[in-house]
Amino acid sequence: MAAASWFQLLALVALIVAGTRVLGPYVANVYDGSASRADKVFGPVERRIYRLCGIDEEREQRWNTYALSLLAFSLVSVLLLFAIQRLQGSLPFNPDGFGAVPVPLAWNTAVSFVTNTNWQNYAGETTMSPFTQMVGLAVQNFVSPVVGLCVAMALVRALARRRAGTIGNFWVDLVRGTLRIMVPLCIVVGLVLISQGAIQNLHGFTTARTLQGATQAIPGGPFASQEAVKMLGTNGGGTLNANSMHPFANANGFTDLLQIFSLLLIPFAVTFSFGRMIKDQRQGWVLFATMMVLWLGAVALATGMEVKGNPELRQAGVTQVVTATQGGGNMEGKEVRFGSAGCGVFAASTTGTSTGAVNCAHDSMTPLGGMAPLANMMLGEVSPGGVGAGLYGILVFALLGVFIAGLMVGRTPEYLGKKIQAAEMKLVVLYIVAVPFAVLGFTAASLVTGNKASILNPGPHGLSEVAYGFTSAGNNNGSAFGGLAGATDWYNTTLGLSMLIGRFLLIVPVLAIAGSLARKQRVPASSGTFPTGTPLFAGLLTGVILIVVGLTYFPVLALGPIVEHLGLS
Amino acid sequence: MRTFTRQLLPALRMLLVLTVLCGVAYPLALTGLAQLGFGAKADGSLVRVDGRVVGSSLLGQEFTGAEWFHSRPSSAGAGASGSMVPVLDADGKAVLDADGQPKVEPADVADVANDASGSSNLGPTNPDLIAAVEERATAYRAENDLPKGTAVPVDAVTGSGSGVDPQISVANARLQAPRVARERGLPVAEVLALVRAHTQGRTLGFLGEPGVNVLTLNLSVAEAAS
Repeated sequence: MAAASWFQLLALVALIVAGTRVLGPYVANVYDGSASRADKVFGPVERRIYRLCGIDEEREQRWNTYALSLLAFSLVSVLLLFAIQRLQGSLPFNPDGFGAVPVPLAWNTAVSFVTNTNWQNYAGETTMSPFTQMVGLAVQNFVSPVVGLCVAMALVRALARRRAGTIGNFWVDLVRGTLRIMVPLCIVVGLVLISQGAIQNLHGFTTARTLQGATQAIPGGPFASQEAVKMLGTNGGGTLNANSMHPFANANGFTDLLQIFSLLLIPFAVTFSFGRMIKDQRQGWVLFATMMVLWLGAVALATGMEVKGNPELRQAGVTQVVTATQGGGNMEGKEVRFGSAGCGVFAASTTGTSTGAVNCAHDSMTPLGGMAPLANMMLGEVSPGGVGAGLYGILVFALLGVFIAGLMVGRTPEYLGKKIQAAEMKLVVLYIVAVPFAVLGFTAASLVTGNKASILNPGPHGLSEVAYGFTSAGNNNGSAFGGLAGATDWYNTTLGLSMLIGRFLLIVPVLAIAGSLARKQRVPASSGTFPTGTPLFAGLLTGVILIVVGLTYFPVLALGPIVEHLGLS
Repeated sequence: MRTFTRQLLPALRMLLVLTVLCGVAYPLALTGLAQLGFGAKADGSLVRVDGRVVGSSLLGQEFTGAEWFHSRPSSAGAGASGSMVPVLDADGKAVLDADGQPKVEPADVADVANDASGSSNLGPTNPDLIAAVEERATAYRAENDLPKGTAVPVDAVTGSGSGVDPQISVANARLQAPRVARERGLPVAEVLALVRAHTQGRTLGFLGEPGVNVLTLNLSVAEAAS
């Protein structure tokens, strides 16, 4: 790897630490209900919104009402997004005259964007009108990550409170997160992307007559605005089929770093907010460190394998060596300006954050290089995970961690002074088995029901494609081994179901855990308490995550990418 | 259940309010700011020759003639990559010209099915990928008069991610320079100097990888030769 690539990684880590220190306290301030200077700017707008929607901002909700509000909001979101896609032919602002999106695809896309997955069974620039992109898809890009953040913050409040019946107000959390966090960040990042060449206009394709006399369709549309929220909201659903590989989305090495930073920023920063809200900053850094170790592991595997290149191409007389005059490595499906090292860092970050944007084609990565993003998603999106989803995911693993530690010493486990008992552990187990059940079940069902025609690549790589698709959908990531032709009725339906399971079958148990923990008294720490603010606990937590995932998914990894790797020449 | 149905109305109102805010006000405000501050970039960094749009400095386009530097192979739609497509007869067979070569024509960009960007998605061990790379490497050596067995830079024979990669590696451009110089009747040194001039380094010296912009290089070469 070139020295510049190391600097790049170092700069990124430094930016993440700095971003966590700056944004973390701000997010805590947004959600702990304390007064702040930002109230002057946002307060009047927010009160107006509450009035318009008939919401009493002072009234907090019990966990079940909170969950019902969240489910109601998600349901109307799916319905509205479905309707916009079906009616786009008759709606305004459709310069290229796109017709209605077919029913199975519209269902898949609606579920995909509402669950913060952003799996795309279509090419954006040739399917969705600018109206659908702006008024439909981009709105979910804003609110779906904030919904995740609401759940995480409700859980954190539950941990911080004692003998409380309520965990917050969903509508207030939703509005504050959108207005105070997402919108300002998106305006800044959007403008920087535009200054580097991302497009933001209101026309359709421009036709160019190329130098050799062919015609080229140059895309147009309000794309940079969606690009910013695509990354900051860990969404990943781009307006262009090539996603962040496209120069109109990601123009150079600087925008690439900005994109990676944007998607890692909020997921890492909220660990600090967590520490602030429970008044024990070390607990936050333990989660930060665990996420960082898992993320760096994925970066190392993906980058290392891609920079080494594809051994199968040696016989063709191709040089893949990294030199001063070429980026080198495995360049199929990659852009010259990012190179194979840039692909590795992006791939690990996009799959670790449930984003799913790509700056290189994951399907064309080397077998083990491509296994890195796959395994990263299988961790359950905690490295560092999606906006909000990463924090509540790792907190669930922390509960499992103290439970296992408690079993070893024979004591009732505690986390932050809250006793973890049978009721919570049942919900933790439901959380942990729901997604693997959907991923492995649907993968196996796809293969035995003869839905193999969608697979592009032969051999073990084909299994990887299907497993990757369901892992991505189940973990609400949305990145793809693009060779899988997912636009069939079978995949549109089953991938959609996986996304619903991976979203709501996790959110509801988490909120139930929050309700149960909020009611408990805090027991004071004693000499028998297992401390969770130490490097030892970070190590235990990392181990628990890797072992649980390893036991669940190793067979499918062995049959897919590992077999393919062993067969390399 | 009644609690749930009671949530539906506020949910719908909230969604509509946030749609106006995030789906209308935000993109329009950003479009306004973009057009004020960065108009040319926000419109796609279009490159014009004699007032006519010939492409975008951020997007690669296809070059096949020997007098041009060639872009990387593309798997994007022919309209997206600006590729010529074979002329087909009523039976779907390629029409040949007087020299027995397949006739080509510009792609129909009005058919949006041709206009999507994207990559091949071929897996690393797929025989189709390996065969395509071998074929491209052989063709690359032949058109650039390179001895058999010359190692070809990997970017020259692999498909890009977007299908519209605007750049090629410096190594790739240097190997093509003698051919372009010969066809254009220019000294090789002058063409190599143009390659240097159109090499875009790492941003801030350490971000990304250096590359040569093929469209702007070809424009300069054509200008130097005329």
